[in-house]
Amino acid sequence: MPMIEMKNVSKWYGEFRVLTECTTQVEKGEVIVVCGPSGSGKSTLIKCVNGLELFQQGDILVNGISVGDTKTNLPKLRARVGMVFQHFELFPHMTITENLSIAQIKVLGRSKDEATERGLKLLERVGLKEQAAKHPGQLSGGQQQRVAIARALSMDPICMLFDEPTSALDPEMINEVLDVMVELAQEGMTMMVVTHEMGFAHKVAHRVVFMDQGKIVEDDKKDAFFGSPRSERAQQFLSKILHH
Amino acid sequence: MLTLDFAFLTPAVISGYIVKGFIFSLQLTLIAMLGGIILGTLLALMRLSSKPWLILPAAGYVNTMRSVPLVMVILWFFLLIPLVIGRPLGAEVSAIITFTLFEAAYYSEIMRAGIQSISRGQVAAGYALGMSYRQTMGLIVLPQAFRNMLPVLLTQTIILFQDTSLVYAIGAYDLLKGFEIAGKNFNRPVETYLVAAVLYFVISFSLSMLVKKLQQRIAIIR
Ligand SMILES: Nc1ncnc2c1ncn2[C@@H]1O[C@H](COP(=O)(O)OP(=O)(O)OP(=O)(O)O)[C@@H](O)[C@H]1O
Ligand SMILES: [Mg+2]
Repeated sequence: MPMIEMKNVSKWYGEFRVLTECTTQVEKGEVIVVCGPSGSGKSTLIKCVNGLELFQQGDILVNGISVGDTKTNLPKLRARVGMVFQHFELFPHMTITENLSIAQIKVLGRSKDEATERGLKLLERVGLKEQAAKHPGQLSGGQQQRVAIARALSMDPICMLFDEPTSALDPEMINEVLDVMVELAQEGMTMMVVTHEMGFAHKVAHRVVFMDQGKIVEDDKKDAFFGSPRSERAQQFLSKILHH
Repeated sequence: MLTLDFAFLTPAVISGYIVKGFIFSLQLTLIAMLGGIILGTLLALMRLSSKPWLILPAAGYVNTMRSVPLVMVILWFFLLIPLVIGRPLGAEVSAIITFTLFEAAYYSEIMRAGIQSISRGQVAAGYALGMSYRQTMGLIVLPQAFRNMLPVLLTQTIILFQDTSLVYAIGAYDLLKGFEIAGKNFNRPVETYLVAAVLYFVISFSLSMLVKKLQQRIAIIR
């Protein structure tokens, strides 16, 4: 059973069709990179996976559980799916430690001590142990994004979703975040990553999905995708982002 | 020519007439503030929901309250409620309920702006961690909205404090009433109204200064 199975997902905003019959799957331990031009529906697609966006047709199964089924307990499903956002979305009114423990306590029901300990362990893992008592506003963008990854990991997720995790960062901070993600991938985490960082894709992705105008145009093994993408749009897109 | 004589305002007169009214004015302000903010926050959440059956009554309530002069609400509530419940309510209790209900409309507009100032990404982050609507609002959105809006909420409370003098209309014993009665008994109405005005001014003005300081501090933290 795949970890994420997406079957003919279509979504409309009013008259406008954002997603058209999207079908793909992510096996356990697999890393897939989703890329495509701006407005092609990448964020929408990845937000459908944990039900942050609703879709009108098709279905998505996460670990066998249907996201589209209205009987599904979405908060429970989301608690097991880690998500990292473009703009970090740490909670600015809480310390880093609180950011890391709040959902563990309120959602998973862990004790404060247990949650704090787990949070600090993950904070150490992303190299930010000294920042525990600070507020997010006191950290650099790269540091905040590493905390956001640690926060998602604190819930012991079965898979992780990333929506352009480095595109809001200054260039010199991109690598510190990518390093954490690479390590995670190498440990066998199932990951669906929207990114234009092709170096990351080269290094750890198993497959690359290319989207254009709400459609999945390419869904290939990494080597096939970088070797010879079949669609002209993908070729154009690749040459654009690789040669600048 | 008018000559002013404040000598009658001895500590005994102040504690006999004024303090009781002052305490009620403060009580009225604090209860209406707390109740108004809680009720106002609920109204704001209703208006920001996606359900028409929550939006419409909340919007209707807020817009009605904001379109009617406060003194009329005070009067109508005082006159009508005894007819409904079959016994008089007392001017003080009636005033406390009226102010809470009325101020809730204003506080709700403030809280609505505060909630809307929090990015959708924060809400998404809460949901993505498995939080419920309640948890996302209670732990993430409302604390930030409240913090951002604190100066505006306090400014509204200063206006509320000034408006409490309108309970005059139903004869509740507030700060102004205390001065009025003292003025009548000692035949010094001009002096008492003057002192009352100064007192309202000093309290309101120092509170606004405090709010200004607070505003600067919040601006620095952000
Ligand atoms: N709430 C919304 N209402 C209407 N249209 C929307 C809404 N959200 C997104 N869209 C539209 O849906 C399309 C896909 O948006 P989406 O954010 O998924 O694209 P994306 O591939 O993530 O783009 P980017 O690279 O800029 O992040 C865009 O044309 C966008 O304008
Ligand atoms: Mg996007």
